[in-house]
Amino acid sequence: MIPTARKQKSRIDAVKVYLYKNWQFWALMALPLIYLLIFHYIPMTGIILAFKRFSPRKGIFGSENVGLMYFRQFLGAPSSFRIIMNTLRLGLYSLIAGFPIPILLAIAINEVKNRKFKKSVQLITYAPYFISLVVLVGMMMRIMDLRTGILNHLIVALGGKPINFFGSKDIFPHLYVWSGIWQIAGYASIIYIAALSGVNPELQEAAIIDGASRLQRIWNVDLPSIRPTIVMMLIFNVGQIMNIGFEKAYLMKNSVNQANAEIISTFVYEIGLKNGDFSFSTAVGLFNSVVSLILFVIVNEISKRLTDTGVW
Amino acid sequence: MFALGKKRMQESATDKVFLTIIYLVLILVVLIILVPLVYVVSASFSDPQAVISGEMKLFPVRPTLRGYEAVFKYHKIMIGFRNSFFYMFVGTAINLIMTMLAAYPLSRPEFKARRFLSFIFMFAMIFSGGLVPTFMVVEKLGMINTVWAMLIPNALSIWNLMLCRNYITNNIPNELYEAGILEGCTPIKFFTTVVIPLCKPILAVLALYYGIGHWNTYFSALIYLKDPNLQPLQIALRELLVINKVDPTLVTNVQAIADMQGLTDLLKYAVIVVSSLPLMLIYPFVQKYFVKGIMVGSVKG
Repeated sequence: MIPTARKQKSRIDAVKVYLYKNWQFWALMALPLIYLLIFHYIPMTGIILAFKRFSPRKGIFGSENVGLMYFRQFLGAPSSFRIIMNTLRLGLYSLIAGFPIPILLAIAINEVKNRKFKKSVQLITYAPYFISLVVLVGMMMRIMDLRTGILNHLIVALGGKPINFFGSKDIFPHLYVWSGIWQIAGYASIIYIAALSGVNPELQEAAIIDGASRLQRIWNVDLPSIRPTIVMMLIFNVGQIMNIGFEKAYLMKNSVNQANAEIISTFVYEIGLKNGDFSFSTAVGLFNSVVSLILFVIVNEISKRLTDTGVW
Repeated sequence: MFALGKKRMQESATDKVFLTIIYLVLILVVLIILVPLVYVVSASFSDPQAVISGEMKLFPVRPTLRGYEAVFKYHKIMIGFRNSFFYMFVGTAINLIMTMLAAYPLSRPEFKARRFLSFIFMFAMIFSGGLVPTFMVVEKLGMINTVWAMLIPNALSIWNLMLCRNYITNNIPNELYEAGILEGCTPIKFFTTVVIPLCKPILAVLALYYGIGHWNTYFSALIYLKDPNLQPLQIALRELLVINKVDPTLVTNVQAIADMQGLTDLLKYAVIVVSSLPLMLIYPFVQKYFVKGIMVGSVKG
């Protein structure tokens, strides 16, 4: 009797001590946690919409169960295959063309010893990151206009035929990817510049004494030193392949380039919020999230096995 | 000795070539970025006919300020400016408060729940319920078509929270905290008197990131807002630049209709410049913080 009572009392004391030590942390966390619950975890329970035929009258939980019907509907339709391929095409193209460029840019900037030149290059290359996507697409539409755009005036002056940049589904992926590189390559290079500034100078000096040329030093000293950063960024980027952002694709999409420009995120918006098919839209969104999550985990595992670098 | 010297000479020659190539490539990169920007700025000051015909190549032709006059008379754009400034300032203030409130407890080792709490934040970053379930929550809360929809659903970016947590972990030494507790500081008092003042650099970075986000995005407004009086600048820009819908009240007489095409073209260039100006003006001054923020984020915590 007595030992249990004592044990109980000590347990209560432990709780009291815990509360005394920690209640202030919990008080500070309260607001962010409520936010997390309402705007992240409650929507997560909303994914059961994907398995029900949603009727506003019956509510989410009262609606009829339909199992995997919406997933079958999505994966069975030929147009869905096209949308998935569009998403993958833009994602892979952005990765393959866009991933190495910031690294090369960072290495080039790192080789420059003239401080003024270096600072100016950085100032200018980061600048497009601050332009909004609406303005970026608006600029492209002005400059590349079929009749009035300066680009087509130049093409004609050089003896070419004017190109309808926004009226072609084949040009769309190139426009999408390269305008993205134009906008964020400078910004994306910052992390590598930071990593390069942390390369051990003794290694560099040793390489110079050994008679290594600049190129050899880049290859044998700089690149191996920033490998963890490169691998980490690669994991993030590969994990993002399916998460092509909504905003730019939606801005650039028109009735002509639709065949290549409709991607999962714009499709989810159109069927969900424009057509009001909540369940179907949620199912497509869930499909995308799950594929992304799996992709992320796989790449992280591969990277951990091969290079000992992982995001977690 | 002689051989070594010769070898060095040779290598420095190849190095020189290599370095020249690097300079040329960087100059090319700078031009690729600058030329479109300069073109747009010049076009906003030029005679629209010269722009349309391709007469204007890179620098203004027959300079005029009519485009800018039109921007400031364009009601929707001005409303957009007002609203975007509001969303940016109030939204960023909310963001900073929420981020600090969560980042500090998550950085304290003696707060044992922090590992679990960090995990549930991280998980929400990687996996989300998606567009429709989030929309339904916002709808249930009665925020549709109110300013709250622009401020509350994005009150906290988990990515920025992790950045801030790492900064506190790496920059506020544990000894400082222990000394504070010994002198009778409670965790909250330590937070307000020591942590917040020491966090000024990261707060500058976060304010910049959040501020850019509020100023440049149109997605929340597109899905949550219908009322034209609440629309942010980017929505007005999208209508004008991308959808090509021009406010008819801009044309006041017959003569103006003839000018209309030219004027709307000029208006578009001018509005691009005016809308990008606030961030472009701030950016050179905060550039060092900007770079610092990325460095903080790249340190694994």
